[in-house]
Amino acid sequence: MLEFPRWKYALVVLVILIGLLFSLPNLFGDDAALQVERRSHAPMDAFARQSIEDLLRKQQIALKRHYIDNGRLILAFNDVAAQLKARDAVDATLADVYRSALTNASRAPGWMRRIGLKAMPLGLDLRGGLYLLYQVDLNGAVTQLLDSYEQGFRRALTEAKLPFTDITTLSAGAAGIADGLRVSLPAGADTAAVEAALKKVDSTLSFVANRTDSGTTVDMLLTPAQIKARESYALEQNRTTLMNRVNELGVSEPIVQQQGLDRINVQLPGVQNSAEVKDLLGKVATLEFRLADTQNSAFQAAQTGRAPLGSKLYKREDGTPILLKREVVVTGDELTSATSTTSPEGPAVSIKLNGRGADSMLRTTRLNVGKPLAVVYIEKSRRQVDVDGKKVDREITTEKVISVATIRGVFGPQFEVTGLSSGEARDLALLLRSGSLAAPIEVVEERAIGPSLGQDNIDKGVRALEIGMLAVFVFMALYYHAFGLVADAVLLANVILLTALLSILRASLSLPGIAGIILTVGIAVDANVLIYERIREELRNGVTPQAAIRAGFDKAFSAIADSNVTALIAGLALWVIGTGAIRGFAIVLTLGIATSMFTSLLGSRALITLMYGGRRKVAQLSIG
Amino acid sequence: MEFFHRATSFPFMSTRKVWYGLSITLILVSLVSLATRGLNLGVDFTGGVTVQASFPNAANRDAVMTALMRAGYADPQVTIFGTSREIAIRLPPTKQNTEAVRTRIEQILRGIDAGAQIQQVEVVGPQVGGELQRSALQALAATLLLIFGYIAVRFHTWRLSLGAILAVLHDPILVLGTFSLTRTTFDLTVVAAMLAVIGYSLNDTVVVFDRIRERFLASRRLDPVVVLDQSINQTLSRTIMTKVVTLIVVVALYALGGPVLKGFSEALIIGILAGTYSSIYISSAVALDCGLKAEHLLAAVRQPVDHLP
Repeated sequence: MLEFPRWKYALVVLVILIGLLFSLPNLFGDDAALQVERRSHAPMDAFARQSIEDLLRKQQIALKRHYIDNGRLILAFNDVAAQLKARDAVDATLADVYRSALTNASRAPGWMRRIGLKAMPLGLDLRGGLYLLYQVDLNGAVTQLLDSYEQGFRRALTEAKLPFTDITTLSAGAAGIADGLRVSLPAGADTAAVEAALKKVDSTLSFVANRTDSGTTVDMLLTPAQIKARESYALEQNRTTLMNRVNELGVSEPIVQQQGLDRINVQLPGVQNSAEVKDLLGKVATLEFRLADTQNSAFQAAQTGRAPLGSKLYKREDGTPILLKREVVVTGDELTSATSTTSPEGPAVSIKLNGRGADSMLRTTRLNVGKPLAVVYIEKSRRQVDVDGKKVDREITTEKVISVATIRGVFGPQFEVTGLSSGEARDLALLLRSGSLAAPIEVVEERAIGPSLGQDNIDKGVRALEIGMLAVFVFMALYYHAFGLVADAVLLANVILLTALLSILRASLSLPGIAGIILTVGIAVDANVLIYERIREELRNGVTPQAAIRAGFDKAFSAIADSNVTALIAGLALWVIGTGAIRGFAIVLTLGIATSMFTSLLGSRALITLMYGGRRKVAQLSIG
Repeated sequence: MEFFHRATSFPFMSTRKVWYGLSITLILVSLVSLATRGLNLGVDFTGGVTVQASFPNAANRDAVMTALMRAGYADPQVTIFGTSREIAIRLPPTKQNTEAVRTRIEQILRGIDAGAQIQQVEVVGPQVGGELQRSALQALAATLLLIFGYIAVRFHTWRLSLGAILAVLHDPILVLGTFSLTRTTFDLTVVAAMLAVIGYSLNDTVVVFDRIRERFLASRRLDPVVVLDQSINQTLSRTIMTKVVTLIVVVALYALGGPVLKGFSEALIIGILAGTYSSIYISSAVALDCGLKAEHLLAAVRQPVDHLP
């Protein structure tokens, strides 16, 4: 008599049912589709839908079906050719109102979509798109922090009327990376007073005073924790910024995720134009507010090429020179929001500042009413430059003064920048809203995969997998008879559960993922084979059928556990350390081992107990 | 149906010198080929040149590919992107400068359609490949180290760990060697396949080890050579069965999966065959020659055998 607790039956049935539900959407496949949204982000309505339908009808492009999802209109087509033609048509005539993006629309019925059941997304290698891997310059992030402290120190010491000779960067840590600041003071300076003044910039900083023959200094070194905090802030900030910018591109289902310690990967399905996208995503754009220097002549400075002390020479957009004070009133980091509005003086950008920015703005504007305040737009990008035949990465910085406005009154945390055209106001607000990158980033890996190639891959690969699996099912049934059918059911359950897990986690399925599935099928089959071979062995040794089943499961367990745990270790290690293709493989492998352990140990035993457990005596097992 | 009706008793251990010789020869051939011929690395690894071009009407991908291959560009990747009129061509790195490439491609494309326009010619740096190789090797090294540790803890001896790691390294080296000898394009999908191969090989090896532990515990006085032979023979039908089943799927992929999956499935087929061989002939033999004895595994007696969930 074989026994299997009732709650285990219930668990198996429940898990399989949930698995079936979540894997269901994958059965329907999807159509080449076009996603259309309003540039203003207002939801699409019946009128908008009608105008696009009319356009397609006029161009004789057959539309399979359409629906509105999350305020975006999804148009599904019969093939990729129609999809691309439709995109050309929409872009050619309606580009100024609507933004279109290539996507895939699931054929699953609408109710599944509405309750949030979705098919697992296909990786870029399968459905086409652009893959970008960014390296974040974490040292650059720390340097930026030190720069801002240096400015703060200069201001604090000047305000406290404490004389200092210089502020330089220190690199006390490894590899000569700057991690501190040294304030050089005249001999006999009051270091305690200096420290107190510097503390006002940031009370968490700690200082060390040195008095030597060569002079008196106060050193500030960032602690490892502070550096770490800055680095993770920079990574998170960059990820958010990239995400915001990707959203502005109107791509469907983009993926922006941190990878490893200092990498961010961006996957843009359906996007192929890498140059344009890279340009938009990789820009380190920020704003600075500076007071204009009205005491000196900008033209004179432009002629001599030298700016007077304390000022810097800039160019306006029309090319005329302008002198601005070196001191920055507010930087882009201190902005909390930016929206385009209409003020009595025309189009404007309404800006909100954080506490530090607001303080600085208040102080500056109070002292400088009637004087001009300039907004400087700074953009950094990396380009490869040929130097003596070698490729060298150079950071290219473009700075331009986008507006100079007279300070009318005292500003606090909220004010408006005017003097812009309505287009400029919208662009500037968007750029400010999508944030600035907290540290320079650089593309280290880039791949573009075509959608037509991707569709071929999917169709052929999926068909081959189906045929292979079918052959396995037939072979297992021939080899193990009734037990083979049990193994087939278990294998099917394994594929269903794995598909469900990948769909729930929205882990995208790529070619390496398919390698993982094949390995998982192998491991799942192996677990069953181990059990059945063990049962056969026991039968050969003359054990009764039911005892053989029990012994088979018990004795095979340690082999299954050890081989699966070993594979699980490999899967988890590759998941954590690996990147790109390796990671895709590892995710599927890890999940697959989990589902395979469950189905072959619990599922298989449940079925076999159901077959042979009820009877008191079993004369023979159908195990081939 | 059964592969073996009776328990087999092949003398695997006494012939191990022969299999060592075979493995060392194959590995040497692979390493020499890798050192002298290298791998035919795909664009994934080498970087190359990306050309973006547009046609006045919808582009014909096949026509572009044929024209490029006729002009002597091996393995061009042509994708239609953005609109149906724009294409991106990825070529392996050339010694020509970008201007020469631009003129040459323009000439080829104008042969298809006189209105073809080259928009951009960009060199994709090869540091991409180096970056990925480094991270892949790091991941692999860490994984092998963890597995060495796990087996050493579970089976109470480093001898089995060493056998497993050598068998696991054996298989991807043979896959690399075959790819080098046949000049098959080595790209990212092959890397994925090699990871799967490592997984299979490990899985197999651990199953044999599990049986070795069981045999040793059952009869401590037996000669290790006998125990290892028994263990491998007793798991042989399982080893072959599992491999046949996986090969069915992989051969289906090879035959029906289209050109993109060719390299991938080829690597899996070679790797699975090599893995089956190495887990039968290499992993246990290495442990034996490191002096594996019953008492090394005896510590495991005190540990209770796991129970079914």
